[in-house]
Amino acid sequence: MNESQHVLSTLLRPRADHDRREKLIRAVLLLFSAVSIFTTLGIIAVLLRETLLFFQEVSIVEFFTETRWTPLFASKKFGVLPLVNGTVLVAAGAMLIALPLGLLAAIYLSEYASDRARKILKPMLEVLAGVPTVVYGYFALTFVTPLLQKIWPQTQAFNALSASIVMGFMILPLVASLSEDAMSAVPQSLRQAAYALGATRFEVTLRTVVPAALSGISAAFILAVSRAIGETMIVAIAAGQQPKLTLNPLQSIETMTAYIVQVSLGDTPQQSIAYKTIFAVGMLLFMMTLMMNLISNWLTRRYREVYE
Amino acid sequence: MFDKHEIALSVKNLNVDYGDFRALENISLEIPARQITAIIGPSGCGKSTFLRCFNRMNDLVPTARVTGEVLFYGQNIYDSKVNPVEVRRHIGMVFQKPNPFPKSIYENVAYGARINGYKGNMDELVERSLRAAALWDEVKDDLKKSALALSGGQQQRLCIARAIAVEPQVILMDEPASALDPIATLKIEELMQELKKDYTIVIVTHNMQQAARVSDYTAMMMLSKEGSRAGTVIEFGPTPQIFTSPRDRRTEDYITGRFG
Repeated sequence: MNESQHVLSTLLRPRADHDRREKLIRAVLLLFSAVSIFTTLGIIAVLLRETLLFFQEVSIVEFFTETRWTPLFASKKFGVLPLVNGTVLVAAGAMLIALPLGLLAAIYLSEYASDRARKILKPMLEVLAGVPTVVYGYFALTFVTPLLQKIWPQTQAFNALSASIVMGFMILPLVASLSEDAMSAVPQSLRQAAYALGATRFEVTLRTVVPAALSGISAAFILAVSRAIGETMIVAIAAGQQPKLTLNPLQSIETMTAYIVQVSLGDTPQQSIAYKTIFAVGMLLFMMTLMMNLISNWLTRRYREVYE
Repeated sequence: MFDKHEIALSVKNLNVDYGDFRALENISLEIPARQITAIIGPSGCGKSTFLRCFNRMNDLVPTARVTGEVLFYGQNIYDSKVNPVEVRRHIGMVFQKPNPFPKSIYENVAYGARINGYKGNMDELVERSLRAAALWDEVKDDLKKSALALSGGQQQRLCIARAIAVEPQVILMDEPASALDPIATLKIEELMQELKKDYTIVIVTHNMQQAARVSDYTAMMMLSKEGSRAGTVIEFGPTPQIFTSPRDRRTEDYITGRFG
């Protein structure tokens, strides 16, 4: 068989076998991706159904305006604000730590560290992210809280502050790592341009790299906020179970997530109105984090386009 | 050689090493003030590395080591007492690929002045710099627009305006037109003729016609010897002389296209 005959015979080989196998592989892969999508949809559907049932019994106005949350008591009040207050208080405290420290760490890693230092430090920072959150929770309860009590004796055994502090350190690597990615993505040519205009390293960082990476950094921040709002274990262990409207971080509070844990673990009857509250709270939580993630996504896409 | 010109930059026995690798070897020459000096030569002979010695940009490469002297109006800029940041405020640079900041046109031009704590009227400085870079008429109505919305040629003139706004004495240009189309290139070349009234210009180009068209002096670079990777200046002189009666055989071969 000469070469052209060989080429022809290969090119004209029956396609059906190939096609059938490709189709099968495609179907299997589609099935697996569908599993995760349908799971998500299923969760949303359940949340939605139970939430609607809940709101048939409790008015949505009461849910958002009442200032007491006592579904587990004889006199039931369904004001979600104290739980939102607890969540926001802890998350805000955590961000006060995670944002500045995370950004400074990212600036060091991206602009100041030598290649060798970065290669050692970045994985170490990321190890922090691998510590199970239950460990952080116990650390807050058994180490940070006693420390706080030495400084402020009125600190309660369960309090928002210790959860905030520990959560801040838990989220720090996320902020640092994502911000560092955003800053490393700033083209070297911009740094060179700034240096050539007589900028110092600090000016290059502050006036060129950080502004150019700003949308990426904001995306990291918002993702971190979303993470703080959704964080469960630390607050369930260390922040308490007393829903209250307060800005005092030394007091015991309850977050939305901690409330859901409390009801899920307790002996609340499944069909009771108290049980249904967790779906309404869960739905609200889901909406809050979804919103954050969408904003973060949008910002990330925006910063990818910046240099084009 | 340049009785009629003041010397702006004087290079003496300059060597550059990157770690164990010698990039430039034993370069000595004098750059006349308010003239255009072109650095030409084949790819990889160290033209850009040489240019970056004039504003200490090689300092940013951790492994780079520069030995020898570069005198800027008599002062060695590699003296340990000299602050490289100050050197770059006197000796500006324009890069091969236009690299405006992702900020407005106005903020791009104002950048250098802002970090230098410029006390004068910023609007005036921006206008003056954009006029000097022959860009004012094209952008005066949308100074707030993002610099990235400009064409490549406009971006490069913006980068020149940005360099001018720092009020340097010298402007280094690293193949400033190689990423541009012929019309934009022509504009940059015309601009250089205007700029040389006030500034000393050193330009790296691998386009020999460009060197012949725009420069007053030409430095021919080449690898110092067969098998070496270190570049050096093999011939330096007034551009007409380099292009019509080069003394070095290798310069002649390169210019007539028998090499590289």
